[in-house]
Amino acid sequence: MRWRDASLPLLVFAALAIAPFIGFGQGHALTLLARAMIFGMAAMSLSLLVGGAGLVSLGHAAMLGVGAYAVVVLDHAGVTEALVVLPVAVLAAALFALLTGAVAIRTSGVHFIMITLAFGQMAFFTTSSLAIYGGDDGYTLFSRMEVAGSRFLEGRLAFHFTCLALLAGTWLLVQALLDSRFGRVLRAAQQNEVRAQAVGFAPYRYRLVAYVIAGAIGGMAGVLLSQAAEFVAPAYLTWQRSGDLLFMVILGGLAGPHGALVGALAIVLIEEWLAELTEHWRMIFGPMLILCVFFLRGGLVGLLRR
Amino acid sequence: MLLVVQALNGLQFGILLFLVAAGLTLVFGVMDFINLAHGVQYMIGAYLGATLAAATGSFWGGLLLALPAALLVGLVLEWLVFRHLYARDHLSQVLATFGVILFLNQGVKFVFGAAPLQMPVPEALSGGVPIMEGLLYPTYRLAILAAGLATAALLWFLVERTKAGMLVRAGAANAPMLGALGVNVDRLFMLVFGFGAMLAGFAGVMAAPILSVEPGMGDNLLILAFVVIVIGGIGSVRGAFIAALLVGLVETIGRSAMPDLMRLFLDPSAARQAGAAMASMLVYVVMALILAVKPAGLFPVKR
Repeated sequence: MRWRDASLPLLVFAALAIAPFIGFGQGHALTLLARAMIFGMAAMSLSLLVGGAGLVSLGHAAMLGVGAYAVVVLDHAGVTEALVVLPVAVLAAALFALLTGAVAIRTSGVHFIMITLAFGQMAFFTTSSLAIYGGDDGYTLFSRMEVAGSRFLEGRLAFHFTCLALLAGTWLLVQALLDSRFGRVLRAAQQNEVRAQAVGFAPYRYRLVAYVIAGAIGGMAGVLLSQAAEFVAPAYLTWQRSGDLLFMVILGGLAGPHGALVGALAIVLIEEWLAELTEHWRMIFGPMLILCVFFLRGGLVGLLRR
Repeated sequence: MLLVVQALNGLQFGILLFLVAAGLTLVFGVMDFINLAHGVQYMIGAYLGATLAAATGSFWGGLLLALPAALLVGLVLEWLVFRHLYARDHLSQVLATFGVILFLNQGVKFVFGAAPLQMPVPEALSGGVPIMEGLLYPTYRLAILAAGLATAALLWFLVERTKAGMLVRAGAANAPMLGALGVNVDRLFMLVFGFGAMLAGFAGVMAAPILSVEPGMGDNLLILAFVVIVIGGIGSVRGAFIAALLVGLVETIGRSAMPDLMRLFLDPSAARQAGAAMASMLVYVVMALILAVKPAGLFPVKR
């Protein structure tokens, strides 16, 4: 890991850690920051696929959705202990990623985008057909989960720092994976598949493992998302949501997970800021995205590097 | 009897889908350019049609004025945004054209308000045609079908039987080589782009009297249009035509048959909800199956 790559995320984590104590401690601000951090985790897991393995998935919201709906299913069954729910939800998302990835990774390029979209849409329509869990209207959780029996997550600050810890953990994991031999094989296969095979690597297996890991992290983000809102709906799984995650990754830059982290925070916070200025904030945000593409090669983190 | 109506509805939806997908597959096939904003052009067409029809007081006036206006909007967008993206990677194209979607969806809300606009069905095409004993089918929907088929035939003729069409096909197979042979590829790109935008706009105007004209109406159609071009084979107009009809039929017939099918297993209210969801899912299942068997689509363009 290069120090330059690490300094930016560490700065971001430090800023998030002191944010509640310098005027961002009210309910609204903390809700917003939690949302930004959760999308940061999801975007970093997606950046492992997009930046690390060249797998552009347009179905990543389904991973969050599987995680969130695992919470719903268990909540409906009366299980609200985080030490049970979190592993089950993460495993469910990993399993979903394994099954869909096994098919999707056989394709590449635009066809991979469309296959992941197809699986994402299947998951979306499945959740909206689940009448028992509210169908389209969604499912309101009774309360947040207990952690080892305590109502720890109900505390605003506790939830904030839980998200922050998991965010930092996600960054560390994705960065470590990319720096490892595993990550190098992924990148090698992305740059030249034939050569990677010629030196004895089977790209398929490496990509599938990356896909499953990204799915598992996405599932974790989905669990947190359900806890932040205490509500789960099929709207979590729309293809627009998958698109948003992809835009966070691209806007931030593909150089590493720190790009996705910055992209996610930037999109969530700028959206909120513009929405406060005017109801028609998308008329400003849209052209901003276009100008970013025109003038910021390498995304937002490319700007800082100059 | 109901099945005939559903099949006609499905074909008519498929034709609209084809008009949008045709431009998308050409732009993608010829320029290797992923244009997410193509669905917005369909929406712009519908808005232009509804506004101009209200201004001129007739459907035909609206249609005739909306087509060149949609072409103009397409060319302006090409000049302002898209031409700077042809040389960029797909991810940059996706992000920038998404910015265009955000701007234009909000833009029409800003100009026309969030409430849906209505466009009247033309006088001459109102009413119904008896297609069977005691069954009237709306004339206007049949007119959409006819106009769409005529456009598809025209497009086939242009692409397969004219010099410009030959250049487009050559561009889809190998654009750099075409440029090296002395063809002005930039101008060809602009023509293809403008034509695609106009087709999408045409679909929008045709759909305006039967659907509600509202911001974001192009978003879901866009994703189905992408499904169509991937099933049909990227760059293939013939593939897009067949895939569009297939998707239109699967979507429409599934929507009417699935809830009945579900009723065999579930109680009525759950069946309605599950059936509607399963019907929407059906298109994606079909796409996944087709891609599993034929990864390059039904009619891959040879390279």
